[in-house]
Amino acid sequence: MKIAGFFLLLAGGALVLTAVALLALSLPRTGFVLAGVSVEVIGIVLVARSHLLEQGDRR
Amino acid sequence: MTLPASPTFSEASTALCFVLILLVPFAGAGISLINAGLGRSRSAAHAMTGSLVVIATAAVVYFVCGFSWQGFEGRPGHLLTIGHTGWNWIAAEPFFMRGLEISGSPVSLAVLLEVFCVGLAAVIPLGAGADRWRLGPSCASTALLAGWTYPLFAHWVWGGGWLAQLGTNYGLGRGFVDAGGSSSIQVVGGLTALSIAWIVGPRRGKYSAQGMPAAIPAHNAAFVLFGCPLALVGWLGLNSAGAMLFSGVGVERVALIAVNTVLAAAAAGLTAAVITRVRFGKPDASLIANGWMGGLVASSAGCAFIKPAAAMIVGIVAGGLVIFAIEQLEFELKVDDPGGAISVHAVGGIWGILAVGLFAQLPGENSGQLLAQIVGIAALIGFVLPMTYGLNWLLNRFYPQRVTTDGERQGMDLHELGADAYPEFVTHTEEFIQR
Repeated sequence: MKIAGFFLLLAGGALVLTAVALLALSLPRTGFVLAGVSVEVIGIVLVARSHLLEQGDRR
Repeated sequence: MTLPASPTFSEASTALCFVLILLVPFAGAGISLINAGLGRSRSAAHAMTGSLVVIATAAVVYFVCGFSWQGFEGRPGHLLTIGHTGWNWIAAEPFFMRGLEISGSPVSLAVLLEVFCVGLAAVIPLGAGADRWRLGPSCASTALLAGWTYPLFAHWVWGGGWLAQLGTNYGLGRGFVDAGGSSSIQVVGGLTALSIAWIVGPRRGKYSAQGMPAAIPAHNAAFVLFGCPLALVGWLGLNSAGAMLFSGVGVERVALIAVNTVLAAAAAGLTAAVITRVRFGKPDASLIANGWMGGLVASSAGCAFIKPAAAMIVGIVAGGLVIFAIEQLEFELKVDDPGGAISVHAVGGIWGILAVGLFAQLPGENSGQLLAQIVGIAALIGFVLPMTYGLNWLLNRFYPQRVTTDGERQGMDLHELGADAYPEFVTHTEEFIQR
């Protein structure tokens, strides 16, 4: 789960960069940038959850 | 069009900028005092020694290779061409600052400021790793931060990199704007702090078997509260000198920057005081200090481009956000961050970056500025966090970062340094440990 979370972080970042580089119109560009940020948020939630579970196991 | 980041300074501007840069070490001293005060008494000497050695490590590593990756606006860089646009992603300076003449030029002043800035970024993770992060691995981790993570992102923002050029290349406002380092210093340091907190885990006894957190109070509130005004002095220099060198702001704006910095910190500290007074019946000293620091951190990005009233709003929101983030991390996510480094520097810094897009009045075209700031935040979370976590995780495989259980019980002072910070007092009580 942790690795998947980090991949989502990278994927979200890549989506943001791609949107900036390839889309010229303001609305689609903004939409894809926000979509990329949302993917990052999901990624960070996954990473946080995986650490929470790991810690629970250690206790 | 990007902001003119490589200004030509008059003699008076050079002198003022030099004096302002010399204030910046006070910011590091303030954070160090806060970190030491918020930790346990049996780790106080270790916390201060740690600050000193990581600042030293950061300065040396930055001299060896950091500047070669970071560079400065108008100096050589590596371009990656996407479409017909060049993305300046890393500088191409020689190692050991070879060929760089240290004189009164803006690049020389920038190098001096950067040596202090990288030290400041390096002290931040110590707050999250307090009471259990060993000295040797913290220096090794700092070497990774100062030698790669920090310079790379600082190049994107301050070295004429792709974030700074978002305005020129893609019409996003004036490109990513961060005058005083909310992103390159604070968020980079804060995300490294989060990585360290995850990797080393919570302090022994912090969480019960059911996951309930125990309160481990700050051992010296006087240190913590004295660290706040000390950090303010450093921040006045950091924000002013950073804005002059990296955002091309003139001397006439220095007073505005100082007013904004003070107002943001004051508003954030008061907000934290009110919130804790309302919620707990009495104001909480350590949370007020964290709120104050959150205001300073958030003020940095837009200090030269927002009005004083907006600076107060930035501070009020920062004060509330920091308190909220501290509680979420401790109670919900079970992240043990004794110094509040993640909430103050990562969360406060991200808010500061966003505030530029909301409140800044930049010269010229402002449309798309908010999007440029969001792209910067996405780069921090999407690239810097995985990078700094990965590097520290790898380091941890070869050089364990956490102290042994016996060492933690004994205290970092005795275990790692062989002497206590307060040898004439009994410091080895276990009353705060859950059994």
